[in-house]
Amino acid sequence: MIPPALALTDITKRFGALVALDRASLSANWGTVHALLGENGAGKTTLMRVAFGMIRPDTGTVTVAGIAQRFGSPTDAIRAGIGMVHQHFALVGAMTVAENVALGSRGLYDASAAAARVRRLSADTGLSLDPGARVDALSIEEQQRVEVMKALARDARILVLDEPTAVLSPPRASELLQWLRRFADGGRAVVLITHNLREALSVADDVTVLRYGRTVLEAAASTVDADRLAAAMIGELREGLPNPLTPSPEGEGGSPLLKLRLDDEGLRPSTPLGKGVRGRGAVIVADHISIADDRGVVRIRDASFAVRGGEIVGIAALEGAGQHELLRALAGRAQAVAGTLATPGHVGFIPEDRQRDALVLSFPLYENVALRGAGRRRGRVRWRLVRAHTASIVAAHDIRPGNIATPASALSGGNQQKLVLARELDDNPSAVVADNPTRGLDIQATAAVHTRLRTARDRGAAVVLYTSDIDEMLALADRVLVIARGQVRGVVHDRDAVGRAMLGAE
Amino acid sequence: MIARLGAAAGAVWLYGGSATAGAITGTIAGFMSATVRTATPLAFAALGETLCEQSGVINIGLEGVIIAGAFASLVGAGAAGLASGVALAAVAGAAIAALFGLFAVILRTDQIIAGTAVTLFGLGLTGTLYHWLYGSAGAALSIPTMRASPLPGLARIPVIGQALFDQSALTYAVYVIAPALWWWTYRTHAGLALRAVGENPDAARAAGVAPRIVQWWAVILGGVLGGIGGATLVLAQAGTFAEGMSAGRGFIAIAVVALGRWHPLGAAAAALIFGAAIALQFLFQSMGWPAPYQLFLALPYVVTLFVLAGAARGRRAPAALGRRDL
Amino acid sequence: MSAPDIAGALDALWRGAFGSKYVIFSATLVRAVPLTLTGLAVAVAFRAGVLNIGAEGQFLAGATAAAGVGLLIVSWTHYAQQLVALPLALLAGAVLGSAWAGIAAWLRRRFGVLDVISTIMLNFIALDAVAYLVRGPLQEPLHIYPQTPSLPPALHLPMLVPGTRLHVGFAITLVASVAAWWVLRATASGFRLRAAGANPFAAASAGMIDVGATTTRAFLASGALAGLAGAIEVTGVTYALYDNISPGYGYTAIAVALLANLNPLGVIVTGILFGALSAGAAAMQRDAGVPAAVVSVVEACVILAVLLIQQRRPRAA
Repeated sequence: MIPPALALTDITKRFGALVALDRASLSANWGTVHALLGENGAGKTTLMRVAFGMIRPDTGTVTVAGIAQRFGSPTDAIRAGIGMVHQHFALVGAMTVAENVALGSRGLYDASAAAARVRRLSADTGLSLDPGARVDALSIEEQQRVEVMKALARDARILVLDEPTAVLSPPRASELLQWLRRFADGGRAVVLITHNLREALSVADDVTVLRYGRTVLEAAASTVDADRLAAAMIGELREGLPNPLTPSPEGEGGSPLLKLRLDDEGLRPSTPLGKGVRGRGAVIVADHISIADDRGVVRIRDASFAVRGGEIVGIAALEGAGQHELLRALAGRAQAVAGTLATPGHVGFIPEDRQRDALVLSFPLYENVALRGAGRRRGRVRWRLVRAHTASIVAAHDIRPGNIATPASALSGGNQQKLVLARELDDNPSAVVADNPTRGLDIQATAAVHTRLRTARDRGAAVVLYTSDIDEMLALADRVLVIARGQVRGVVHDRDAVGRAMLGAE
Repeated sequence: MIARLGAAAGAVWLYGGSATAGAITGTIAGFMSATVRTATPLAFAALGETLCEQSGVINIGLEGVIIAGAFASLVGAGAAGLASGVALAAVAGAAIAALFGLFAVILRTDQIIAGTAVTLFGLGLTGTLYHWLYGSAGAALSIPTMRASPLPGLARIPVIGQALFDQSALTYAVYVIAPALWWWTYRTHAGLALRAVGENPDAARAAGVAPRIVQWWAVILGGVLGGIGGATLVLAQAGTFAEGMSAGRGFIAIAVVALGRWHPLGAAAAALIFGAAIALQFLFQSMGWPAPYQLFLALPYVVTLFVLAGAARGRRAPAALGRRDL
Repeated sequence: MSAPDIAGALDALWRGAFGSKYVIFSATLVRAVPLTLTGLAVAVAFRAGVLNIGAEGQFLAGATAAAGVGLLIVSWTHYAQQLVALPLALLAGAVLGSAWAGIAAWLRRRFGVLDVISTIMLNFIALDAVAYLVRGPLQEPLHIYPQTPSLPPALHLPMLVPGTRLHVGFAITLVASVAAWWVLRATASGFRLRAAGANPFAAASAGMIDVGATTTRAFLASGALAGLAGAIEVTGVTYALYDNISPGYGYTAIAVALLANLNPLGVIVTGILFGALSAGAAAMQRDAGVPAAVVSVVEACVILAVLLIQQRRPRAA
């Protein structure tokens, strides 16, 4: 019996009081694609970081080809034949492909030899790249190819990829998956971290499911189906949380994500289309606008659309399509460089990076609440009123810790987001713009965000929402706009149509 | 508090006999020669700072490094000759840089504030030690100075021969060190790693490079070169030491790095421009330009401002310059 | 080279700062005035995220303006008008200090030049400008000494405590500190300044604050305070402009501000502390032969110590 290519056994890791991994295990064999599944925060990335030597486990063993290993750093893991392609690319934008691939070696650096190496790897693996191209000029798919090539350049026999298809359009994603299939068929091993069931089932030989840091399922892919996997991923709940498997009255409050996965491949949203568009006027009107990023490069050209009160418009786009810049402009935080953009005076804005753009972490809670409208305030600040308002927010939304004088840095991600949402939405603004509002949140917090957005819509606000999870977006949106190749277009509320449009196909 | 050597240095330059009144070519050649000589300490400091900034660390304490090197070279040369002076200067520069590195690289405090403190520290420490060791009478000391050693044959080339090849050994050292640094930065994997740390330390780490260790050694090496730059001021230019004689050269060197687009050869070339500005002061003085020569003393600093304003375009600074969250 | 007499030096230090009531008023508090005011200037700027290392040059600009404008007014009107000439001189100091900072602010806003480097360059330029002016256009009529003519009594700040050298500038400084504290704490523009300094991204995104305008305004205000300090020093202590009128107040101000945790009220305390250090250091140099450069070392250590402590405990804004 051949020992597995990579085996992690009984791995435990604590970060302070948080138990990230609780005797987790994974066993991947040579010649297979092994899918590692789990919800956000289940510990998938942490487990593979242990495998790659970036994190030292508290207990447990790591074996490669049956031999126990002790990794002190990624260098050791690389030497053992493991290569990792990270979710956020670790590339030096200002350097060329050849330089990025060569980074980390020893001795003299010869540019032409490095370029030749890249060409040889391109030919051997079918990942075509121009060695002399600057990495920050490449497309996302090409940048990912550089990441893969970096791992292969070190003779990786076990390739670990962390959510590689998150940034790819559906056709490119399947190309990558097919490539991984061929790579594994050549006798090596692939570990694919994903939260996407469909993807896992389409390409994997074996699956492992993590939940709350524990391995709850290890099976051959042929013996499980989507329902079984979903149940394992969500499973029994901790006390106090609503059970998303049982729909509550009117279908509200449950996890729409789960409902989508339990539906059939057509993935119909569980709330009826068109609800809420009660003939309200247009609140946000874009007329032939062009949007540039902060380096002055125009990302979106000649876009025209309107958002009415009482509807949620979902934005679908690949990473880097300009959606963040567009959302900032819709929220009134940036100017369009051409055309006319009409927005109401005070748009509620939930930015993607809440710690950088929504909160001053060193300020106490009440000063963070005072941020809203600070740009236009005149004269003295009525701190007594601000503090009272903050206290009522904290009580109403159960934000912990409840002392309004604590700095925002002391709050967890979920509580920080609750504070931001309350600050932005509690005064019923006529427009709300949300950029990845559920990023990094657990199921309960995510459901709370969805509820707040729906409530705002029901109260007549025009809501614009972008999330990188297409299914989440489709579940919430009444209408879909796609950004592709610098254009903004309305698209039918259908997953395949949206996927194709994101790529720029007609 | 930060006094300048100004008039005294100018007198030494004149006295050194490089500028003979009379023939215009003599004056121009003298001016060019003075330019190269004045540029040398700037070049040393800028080469070191280029290395440092390529790794993502900006060392505002460079002024303290230079003055420490200057003072150490005085002590070393007085005690045991020129070579010891240079060696001790390198050590002193590295020591001051290590203090900066402790705060900026190891403890990851704000690099600008730490650098300001290190500059104050260096200036204050050298001033204090100078008074303590040499008394308040101070200056008139006999230490060996580095004379110009003309290179046979090359020094006879008209005009530029005198400027480039009739200089001190330290200037010749720059001719070697600058290309050597260029080769090392762009032709070795270590240099590639250095530049990667300054651009994206996370990418460097993922590739197996240790960013903090790279930054530490870049800071130390910057200190060595900056210290030698200070030694050049004392041993090859003024022949003596005065409190605050660095006169802002550390900050000018930082501008030189920006003008040189964070490239070793660019830094050496840019140092010439500032050397010219400083030499211009003395040229005007020697030509008997009437009155406000103090305004010409301000020339290098004004040039720096213009250069920094214009230097925004073109090759960018290392993307991770000044980052604290490694 | 003689062995340092540490006990003697420390004794001279103490006596020079707190030895008698006269010394406290006329040495320590008088020296505290420019330190506190420039410290306030630095604190306000740092709070807004502007690294104003140019308080030295802005101080000199203010001193120059006060001397120049004051002398001009008095020479025109031909009779002493303390009520008019003096406030105008102080105002001129604040204005020119603000303008000097404005150069750096413009370079920062328009060209992205690091405020640290531009302000330091401007310090050197200011030093050279003063050196030129006191030997040229502003020189005293006999053309012997490099300084302006002595300011007439119309341009002298009134004394705060009779029988000492403590002038009204001390009161002005206290008022300025309290005013700054109140503005930062209670007004909308003060909140904007703090937010922009603590997190410019959130200030722009969540607060819809114009961070560029806010930091520029803070920079200008900082320059005005430092310029005012220079004007007060000229009209309250030196009664003339000359080289080395500032023994590095602008740089000490950084230590003053950081040690006070950038709090405008705290700056009063740390300003007095450094005033005591400065008075004591002068006595130390005079009586015990210890060079004044030691104070720079002390300042540097203070800044480094504060950095060290802050690393352990991130401070609230």
